[in-house]
Amino acid sequence: MIRQEKMTVVSQKQIATNIFELTLRGELVQDMTPGQFVHVKVSDSMEPLLRRPISIANIDKDNNEFTMIYRAEGRGTKVLATNREGQLVNVLGPIGNGFPVEAVKEGGTALLVGGGIGVPPLHELSKQLNARGVKTIHVLGFQTEDVCFYEEQFSALGETHYVTVDGSKGTKGFVTNVLESRAPEFDVFYSCGPLPMLKALEGFYPEKEGYLSFEERMGCGIGACFACVCKTTDQVAKDYVKVCSDGPVFPKGTVAL
Amino acid sequence: MSRLTIQLPGLDLKNPIMPASGCFGFGREYAQLYDLSKLGAIMIKATTVETRPGNPTPRVAETAAGMLNAIGLQNPGIEKVMNEELKFLEAYDVPIIANVAGTETADYVEVARRISTAPNVKALELNISCPNVKCGGIQFGTDPATARELVKAVKAASEVPVYVKLSPNVTNIVEIAQAVEAGGADGITMINTLIGMRLDERTGKPVIANGTGGLSGPAVKPVAIRMVYEVYKAVNIPIIGMGGVTEAQDVIDFMSAGASAVAVGTANFVDHFVCPTIIDELPAKLDALGVEHISEIIGRSHRS
Repeated sequence: MIRQEKMTVVSQKQIATNIFELTLRGELVQDMTPGQFVHVKVSDSMEPLLRRPISIANIDKDNNEFTMIYRAEGRGTKVLATNREGQLVNVLGPIGNGFPVEAVKEGGTALLVGGGIGVPPLHELSKQLNARGVKTIHVLGFQTEDVCFYEEQFSALGETHYVTVDGSKGTKGFVTNVLESRAPEFDVFYSCGPLPMLKALEGFYPEKEGYLSFEERMGCGIGACFACVCKTTDQVAKDYVKVCSDGPVFPKGTVAL
Repeated sequence: MSRLTIQLPGLDLKNPIMPASGCFGFGREYAQLYDLSKLGAIMIKATTVETRPGNPTPRVAETAAGMLNAIGLQNPGIEKVMNEELKFLEAYDVPIIANVAGTETADYVEVARRISTAPNVKALELNISCPNVKCGGIQFGTDPATARELVKAVKAASEVPVYVKLSPNVTNIVEIAQAVEAGGADGITMINTLIGMRLDERTGKPVIANGTGGLSGPAVKPVAIRMVYEVYKAVNIPIIGMGGVTEAQDVIDFMSAGASAVAVGTANFVDHFVCPTIIDELPAKLDALGVEHISEIIGRSHRS
């Protein structure tokens, strides 16, 4: 169920260049699943006006806390980054359909491929897959070393490969370079990141079961405004999907890329 | 809550607050958040004869205290709207105002004829002001003679009162308001969005795929208030005012300028509970003004 709640800032840390880790406490944590997102009003003022959709990087139901990792780049996220311990943040959520963790059987292997600010939701996903006895392999792409994060956390959960466009950390190039050279064995893949990456993955693993998380400019965040629609591949059954309420995660091949 | 009731042609409103068309879909999503029966009315998303896929994305862009949108009247078409969406809304005790759009007069007439037979559709809102579609929409709303003739045709076809949604993208909105009144309109809803554009900082190109979009949100409120104020003086049919409403004081402002009821648009995206919140806050506003019933404030800006 989607709720609106003033959540309390537990901590806010900068963990890489312009990348912030914000932990909030509140009741709506109890309803969260990996791959869902929250819609955040960064200030009480009219400027900026709209909410910001931000993914969920870590869920801690025992303590009613969740963590989001975001890039403070635009007007909204820069304001969000000024929040300090004890302050309240207006959160609407959890929203959307997340990653199906049950898609991989116990003892199976999942490939998690993330790009940039698409990496955070894969952390909670990996935690929950590992908790179910699924082995995870992580391939994480970033622009440069200074914007990489969570190496320790991902490495603790499974085999982790870093890729940077400039080669400053890990393999130079794109995630597909690692997939080519390492040729990992797996049952199901999950991904979140820029569209070209999602498209490349679909083409790379035509025979595999896979789930992709999409990003699109949003208005309401609950499916009412039709801002974030994507064309589907099956135009007969349903010609569009809404990223916010039908997604953000879709089975591979659903969205026309 | 009898302090908030408002009677308008076709509409018996528990309170003067309703979500604006295009900002509330067909109510399903908000129904998960609160009881839609609390609302005065619901203005549903524009309906056309055929299914419309809408515009390419990006369809929205944020601006200072506002936003631009160019959704492009995406909707599933009259048949699905009647069989599925309006049926769903029958579960709630709330009158529906059906926003009607089309490419040519015959489309408007057909949608009006059919949708006005739905048991919960108590009024139509003729969309002659959508700035985001290439054909139909705004060109009907910028020429007084064209607007008048369209209203006449739709009035003849509709089973329920017809309100006309005016575009602010005109030189003289009073002229258009008088034309739709002459065409037989039962009421006016105003304003639709103001045509705007935002450029990408890096490329210098428009952010919205459509190029232009309709500006809404708190930024447009002064324009809307001015237009309601002017139109109120010039016509004898009721006005449902809208444009940047985010709190109870905005409702008081619109009604003071001459609106008999008020629609809330963009604010539904920011605070998803804004409509019920405003409804709850209105009685205290009336107390502060020393007013017993909300209808007493309609047009008070104009009283000597």
